[in-house]
Amino acid sequence: MTDVLMVEDLAVRFRGESGVVDAVEGVSFRLREGETLAIVGESSSGKSVTALALMRLLGGPPNCVVRGRATFMRQDGEALALLSLPETRMASVRGRDVGMIFQEPMTSLNPVHRIGAQIVEGLLAHERLSPRAAEKRAVALLDHVGIPEPALRARAFPHQLSGGMRQRAMIAMALACRPRVLIADEPTTALDVTIQAQILELIRALQHETGMSVIFITHNLGVVAEVADRVLVMYAGQVVEDAPVDVLLHRPQMPYSAGLIGSVPRLDDVRRRGGRLAAIPGNVPDPNTRPAGCTFHPRCAHARPDPCETARPALEYVSDGHTVRCARWREITV
Amino acid sequence: MTRYVLHRLGQSLVLLVLVSMIGFGLLHLTPGGPLSQFALTPGMSAATLARLSHQMGLDRPLPIQYAEWAGHLLRGDWGRSYRDQQPVLAIIVSHLWATLELMVSSTLLAIIFGTWVGVLGAIRRYSLADYLATIGAMVGLSIPTFWFGLVMIYLFSVWLGWLPSGDMYTNGDASLLDYARHLVLPCLVLTLVTIATWSRYMRASMLDVISQDYIRTARAKGLRPRAVLIHHALRNALLPMITVAGLQLPTLLGGALVTETVFTWPGMGRLFLDSISYRDYPVVMGLLMFSALLVLLGNLVADLLYVVADPRIRLA
Repeated sequence: MTDVLMVEDLAVRFRGESGVVDAVEGVSFRLREGETLAIVGESSSGKSVTALALMRLLGGPPNCVVRGRATFMRQDGEALALLSLPETRMASVRGRDVGMIFQEPMTSLNPVHRIGAQIVEGLLAHERLSPRAAEKRAVALLDHVGIPEPALRARAFPHQLSGGMRQRAMIAMALACRPRVLIADEPTTALDVTIQAQILELIRALQHETGMSVIFITHNLGVVAEVADRVLVMYAGQVVEDAPVDVLLHRPQMPYSAGLIGSVPRLDDVRRRGGRLAAIPGNVPDPNTRPAGCTFHPRCAHARPDPCETARPALEYVSDGHTVRCARWREITV
Repeated sequence: MTRYVLHRLGQSLVLLVLVSMIGFGLLHLTPGGPLSQFALTPGMSAATLARLSHQMGLDRPLPIQYAEWAGHLLRGDWGRSYRDQQPVLAIIVSHLWATLELMVSSTLLAIIFGTWVGVLGAIRRYSLADYLATIGAMVGLSIPTFWFGLVMIYLFSVWLGWLPSGDMYTNGDASLLDYARHLVLPCLVLTLVTIATWSRYMRASMLDVISQDYIRTARAKGLRPRAVLIHHALRNALLPMITVAGLQLPTLLGGALVTETVFTWPGMGRLFLDSISYRDYPVVMGLLMFSALLVLLGNLVADLLYVVADPRIRLA
């Protein structure tokens, strides 16, 4: 399978009133054609910032500096260096080559424009279409993402639709120009559980149909188990483990990954442990005061003063397609 | 919708009555009175003044005076000026045009430039242009209009001699150019002051909007920056400005007290000031009711405009 997106050493640094914050450091990954890559981590682990940096949707310098390389392979074989394209070229990549959907369907749609018009706008930005043809396409897209009475809904304003419908409309909008890559930033987090399942199913069906690749950002490992082919676990702005989904879920090497998996609530655990939920002790460190050595060591049950507190561990090769950032991964069983 | 409008009009009526009572009361509380200016006129005795006062009904109890005034107003009679016996309504109408000409031109200019300055300040936040606009607005808001007006007169009329220092036209010259030349200075002063206000509101509103999620969505769709700015950001940022514009309506027709006086512009603002100093009760009350009506109307129109501009708002 060919690579669609190659990210090398992506780093994002924010400069604010409270000082310099490295939100993302040295993130590298490859996204293959038709693959779903899940990026997993707690809040402020840098997963959304990674996605926004790739789309160039973060603010510009001097307050935000993005470094590294990201190469996107277009359908016609042209390689685009996403991070160094001129802004006008980048605008033509967004929406056409890479689509994006967001966490909050409530606030991500413009409240004063009709749903149909918001889809039409994206179509007209990238394709030579008459406004009428674009409107027809918009209605067809709404129909395609499972919105009943699509012609009527196209005339509706966002506040007139339910949360699930809005997220479907967002998906229709992001996929309007059949992008090669869809970045879904926590697309189900704000939705009811039953609606979540429907949206996941919809994304999967659309992916199957179009062969697009998906970057799925989530903190929900249940979702990961359902949608992902490969998982990138992020902690404090770095990738700490990168593995195929079944390897990660069953044989994680990084204690943090294991902790995440262990804290998924399960019914048999409730019976066994008297209803207490497992949790990783402590919190994600404040980006201003990240601990020396392994950033996870203060929360890690396997941490030793040496080597965990002395040097920042490197990503190490475990097996094909599996890397881990843990100095002691060979010695410990997590 | 109709119910809502009727409800609001009903409320406005109650407010108008209250405003008229308070206004009437305050006006009669001010020392002096319509006849005080004659007190020092040679040959005017206290007895004559008392007789005049009795003739004009000014010696009767205040509630009776109010009731009589209100009764006349209800029948469409706004009263007559104490000064020249002209009907109040005719006086107001004759001053309205001058005010409209000045206020509409300056408000339009201010909204156009104020919006532009505000948007620029928001999208290039903390840039040199933004700082200059901020400083400019602070200066515009804090220097007194009368002083600013006088400086302009000194600069452009006295020193450079380019523009007339006051009035609306030169006697005997009815050309459009002459009108325009008279309009420039008062319009400039008012515009600069209004730009200051408008651009500050616009900047705040725009800053609020450009950090919204739907702006990010619009960019993620691949829209050009200009399309995002105009179609998504500006469209939403202008919504709260409806209220600001609605509050502007009374000044639009009520005139600018100070500017009109400095430039001897024969508008509503100057009429109000003159009428107060003459204690011309019927004209002052007429103007008071007129502007109260405009304030209420401006708010109602703003609320109705919201329904048109913002699909989320339903009136009930």
